[in-house]
Amino acid sequence: MKQEFTISIFSENHIGLLSQVSTVFTRRNVNIESITSSESAIHGIHKITIIVFTTREQIEKVRGQLDKLIDVIKSYVFKAEDVIHQEIALYKVSTAAILESDEVERIIRKHNARILEITKEYTVVEKSGHKSETQELFEKLNQFGVTQFVRSGRVAVTKLKKELLSDYLKKIEDEKTTKD
Amino acid sequence: MFKKKDKKKISGSEAVILSLINEGVDVLFGYPGGAIMPVYDAMHDYYDKLNHILTRHEQGAIHAAQGYARVTGKVGVGIVTSGPGATNAVTGIADAMLDSTPLVVISGQVASSLLGTDAFQEIDVVGITQPITKWNYQIKRAEDIPEAFAKAFYLAKSGRPGPVVLDITKDAQFGEFEYEYKKIDFIRSYRPLPKTDYTQIDEAARLINLAKKPMALIGQGVILGNAESEALEFLEKSDIPAAYTLLGLSAIPSDHRLNIGMLGMHGHYAPNVKTNDADLIIAVGMRFDDRVTGNLDKYAKKAKIIHLDIDPAEVNKNVYADVSILGNVKVTLPLISEKVSSIDRSEWLKEFQGLTNIETRKIIKKEINPSHKKLSMGEVIHRVSQAFDDDAIMVTDVGQHQMMAARYFKFKQTRSVVTSGGLGTMGFGLPAAIGAKMGKPDRDVVLFVGDGGFQMTIQELGTIFQSKIPVKVVLLNNSFLGMVRQWQELFFDKRYASTELINPDFQGICKGYHMPSELVESRDKLDSAIKNLVEHEGPYLIEAIVEKEGNVFPMVPAGASVSDIRLE
Ligand SMILES: Cc1ncc(C[n+]2csc(CCOP(=O)(O)OP(=O)(O)O)c2C)c(N)n1
Repeated sequence: MKQEFTISIFSENHIGLLSQVSTVFTRRNVNIESITSSESAIHGIHKITIIVFTTREQIEKVRGQLDKLIDVIKSYVFKAEDVIHQEIALYKVSTAAILESDEVERIIRKHNARILEITKEYTVVEKSGHKSETQELFEKLNQFGVTQFVRSGRVAVTKLKKELLSDYLKKIEDEKTTKD
Repeated sequence: MFKKKDKKKISGSEAVILSLINEGVDVLFGYPGGAIMPVYDAMHDYYDKLNHILTRHEQGAIHAAQGYARVTGKVGVGIVTSGPGATNAVTGIADAMLDSTPLVVISGQVASSLLGTDAFQEIDVVGITQPITKWNYQIKRAEDIPEAFAKAFYLAKSGRPGPVVLDITKDAQFGEFEYEYKKIDFIRSYRPLPKTDYTQIDEAARLINLAKKPMALIGQGVILGNAESEALEFLEKSDIPAAYTLLGLSAIPSDHRLNIGMLGMHGHYAPNVKTNDADLIIAVGMRFDDRVTGNLDKYAKKAKIIHLDIDPAEVNKNVYADVSILGNVKVTLPLISEKVSSIDRSEWLKEFQGLTNIETRKIIKKEINPSHKKLSMGEVIHRVSQAFDDDAIMVTDVGQHQMMAARYFKFKQTRSVVTSGGLGTMGFGLPAAIGAKMGKPDRDVVLFVGDGGFQMTIQELGTIFQSKIPVKVVLLNNSFLGMVRQWQELFFDKRYASTELINPDFQGICKGYHMPSELVESRDKLDSAIKNLVEHEGPYLIEAIVEKEGNVFPMVPAGASVSDIRLE
């Protein structure tokens, strides 16, 4: 059965790694729904968050191949309910449309969105939330004409107290010192 | 002002050579060109320590390095120039990736200031080789050379081995710095040896002790892990019949009581049929390749599976494992051996013998003693094997002769097979034989090659002559791209589309390359020719004209179950 998975990949920050990571997915014909890449909470370690819709069996195979990449430290797979996630969306609407009626302002308030910038020509609205929420706002605002719209990839943290990787890193550094 | 004397600085090129020497390299295979010239220039002062074999094509250089690595267990080294030099190396690198062969391939690259400008002979080597290497890296500064080399050698040979590419820009080769070399045996993001779960060992032993019809599948992991004696100990104590994959060939002696033959498409009858009868399969360092399993939906359905492998990504990849034991089989096998009981399984073994007798009667006898006038591949291979006392290193190219060689050549010791398994690269054989002989000069190296594949890297006869490499070549000439023709005969209504070869005069070609050779067209000439092959000092080639439309049987047709293996 296909379901949504969030994969967190911790890696060294090397050029070209993102393409190696995405190749693992494309070779196994798993479509990437969203991808984000940033520093992690641990100094010097990069984190790539990928959302896919696939089977448990397939995602485990993908994870095996990801961990095999030399510069990947470790990857973790989470089900939708194991993570808290968020996306951010930006909407550009014409300032004239906002001034014409208070309907736009009402929508913005109701959706807990906020205004980032107002110029004579356009206004930029920001909303963070789940995809369904940012999509709903898009549809509402689009009645008044959205001239630009962008939604970020998903960022996610687990419901665990700290990063799983910290313990893992400690373990391998310990192994190293016992070897030396 | 008084200036403190600088520590001695050396060039990046010299650092490349010293790093190779520091890693214990004494031979490398390559081909020069503009972007790698500084390294070749530095090498010129070190020929006493580093023997460079100049091949006739970069593909040959990499295959030779593979042959060297496969017989020695050491890292093979290839060196090529940028652009076309690097792209010519790609086939060999891919071959090494699929067959887990430890290689370090060095490619020259344009100066870093020119990168990304489509400069002369610039190609994105790191991009091209990314999916076919275990690791690759572009070195843009001389100072980075020692660490990159230390990392490359460590990665190539540790864990599951594989090829590594180092792409070195020309300015990094010229740059000067204070050289210091430190070997590496730890990389934070790399776990060559996965943790073994000891409860799985107990469970494996329990299943083995309960099994009535167990079967072991021996893969190249046993050879790569130097675990041949551990494997034999396990098999002998538990009295379990063992089959092998193409790359597991020679890990256990051919005449061992428990050796029941080769798995897969052109493997032996008994192990293929019995796979679907077994109640337990113990896979040791093998990866359930589709050429081994046939139709997965009908594969080993009555058996529980125990999978031992060093690469966690192989477990549950193709076949679900009831018990998986990660780690080097050299370590994990003895843990299991300790816990298994000595059980007499001679009744079960007899079932294999029964099937083997059928195969011997219906196929092997006819192949070795054919009733037709023309020579058959199997008979030539069988006689050559005997002439070398069943104890030579066998190298093959790809095609019918490869499968015939795997079936009819016999072995007494391990690391005696060099063949292209995963990629099935025609043209692999001749250069791989060169590398194998360089790696094991004291052993006989005999290559079996078809008339098709021979012509893909035939120019390496020049390397054999120039570097005086005494390889023995058996050219099995059937005037066809035999393996493809066989499929056309069986599955395409005998429509021989572009598989017939109008061949050159191979004897004339040998003469041109100063390769002593002879032609064998009839059975009565075979023994004396083989005698010459064995006894001649230096390289020798015999060209045997074999049956044009001979077929390799048994055969598991593509998409069929292994137990539906055809005897004709
Ligand atoms: C580089 C490459 N091209 C094509 C093939 C497909 N192929 C596999 S076997 C074969 C025929 C080999 O003919 P030959 O070398 O004469 O050996 P034979 O099968 O007759 O023993 C071909 C074309 C291949 N394996 N490798």
